[in-house]
Amino acid sequence: MSKRRFSLPYLIWMSIFIVVPLLLVVFYAFTDNSSGKTVFTLDHIKAIFEPLYLKVIGRSLYMSLIATIVCFILGYPAAMILASKDFAKKSTMLILIVLPMWMNFLLRTYSWLSLLENEGLINRFLALIGFGQVQLMYNNFAVVLGMVYNFLPFMILPIYSVLVKIDKSVIEAAKDLGANNIKVFGRVIFPLSMPGVISGITMTFMPALSTFVISRLLSGGKITLIGNIIEQQFTITGDWGLGSALSLLLMVLIFVSMIFINKYGDESVGAGGLL
Amino acid sequence: MKKLLQRIYLFLILLFLYAPIIVLIVYSFNESKSRAVWQGFSLTWYQQLFTDSKILNALETTLLIALVASVVATVLGTFAALGIIKMKKKTFETVRTITYIPVLNPDIVTGVSLMMLFAFVGIELGFVSMLLAHITFCTPYVIISVLPKLYQTDISVYEAAQDLGATPFYALRKTIIPQLMPGIITGFLLSFTLSVDDFVISYFTTGGHVENLSMIIFSMARKGVNPKINAVSALLFVTVMALLLVVNKRELSSKKRISKNNKDTFLNREKQILSIGENEEK
Repeated sequence: MSKRRFSLPYLIWMSIFIVVPLLLVVFYAFTDNSSGKTVFTLDHIKAIFEPLYLKVIGRSLYMSLIATIVCFILGYPAAMILASKDFAKKSTMLILIVLPMWMNFLLRTYSWLSLLENEGLINRFLALIGFGQVQLMYNNFAVVLGMVYNFLPFMILPIYSVLVKIDKSVIEAAKDLGANNIKVFGRVIFPLSMPGVISGITMTFMPALSTFVISRLLSGGKITLIGNIIEQQFTITGDWGLGSALSLLLMVLIFVSMIFINKYGDESVGAGGLL
Repeated sequence: MKKLLQRIYLFLILLFLYAPIIVLIVYSFNESKSRAVWQGFSLTWYQQLFTDSKILNALETTLLIALVASVVATVLGTFAALGIIKMKKKTFETVRTITYIPVLNPDIVTGVSLMMLFAFVGIELGFVSMLLAHITFCTPYVIISVLPKLYQTDISVYEAAQDLGATPFYALRKTIIPQLMPGIITGFLLSFTLSVDDFVISYFTTGGHVENLSMIIFSMARKGVNPKINAVSALLFVTVMALLLVVNKRELSSKKRISKNNKDTFLNREKQILSIGENEEK
């Protein structure tokens, strides 16, 4: 029992550096001291619902959703192929898919600059085959592309890891009972892969929603997302109230999705037990 | 036919994932500053890199912060895990939930909330605040890596050692810590990598007074393509590759039975985090 005190330094650390900062976010989101003294206010929360910011929030949700859908559409088949095949290079393939995750995401984002620029490789190639210059950067397309590129492995891996664990005999049983391939996929494989899909979606959607680097670099600052607004409040404008309110919004969004995932997580445990 | 299509599909995905990185690395050897034109092989950018005092300083900051932060986080986190596991269920749940906050929260929120804390208590933004921030976001990963190992540990050995006259600390060092070693090393390496890699949290907690590599890259990339960044990227890519090889080799060569979840740690840190719940129930 004497061991419990080992955690004391961490508990102190945790209180100061995790709990207090979060309380500060809440504090600044709900107070105002422009008049010299600190008073409770809902102004910052209301400000979020001004058309200007509402538009940014809408855009962030929309673009991260598109990026997530694209990742899912590209990633699910890839995960299936990886899981179904038993070719010799399987683990190499897996490592290759995973490796970019360990590369600095700034660099991954930056790497698209030299491809997408007006003078970049893609445009030079287009010019070579007789097309005119296409504006590839500084627009929604570039930002979504950046998100897809950064987060695709985070979609493939969780789906893959669920798919490989599916008991082959369940699939055989479905086939024995007369299901065709489409039915096997729709009624057996896909439902069983749901936990992986859900965690893939979260791992793509959440970072996409809160990014400010991808939009800053690939749109040259032309496209503003929630993350960019927060960044501006803390580095340029100095409006901590609004910045905190938006941070709070991000946390609420994460929290809601975590509840969602946990619900699915529990069901997956049940499904695992069944197998 | 189906097999061929599958191979082509995977190939295209890999092409998508690697083409930008390869282009980046190839152009780091380009003589010309204009990145679109290939003007012959040269190491100019690497030379410039190693004479650029700003970049060298940033490299030093990055490595120093990563080393100190991961050592402190490893000690703090390991002891935290030892204590947490003995807690009553309710306290345990609370501490665990709070520990997960920096892991699940978007980096930007962690960054700005710490920035506000430092402003609030009057710590000037710079090296120290950055270090404190890094320790804060690394420690949970250590705890998360050590806890599952702790569940597999046989506590009775520790008690036996004490019965035989060992002081609690000596018993701990000789019986429990060795059993936790794989988890501790995983936590340490994870912390080190995350710290080296971090941009967002550092960006908000240094106030522009100190810069790590990621921050240099960001400020250079904001102004467009710069071959020096390509050179940094190439070096970082090679370093990460080497590190992963070492880690994988270490994990493969260790004859001890490693639970599957732990083996996957370096393949997917997020997955490990999500699966930790299952581990603890076992």
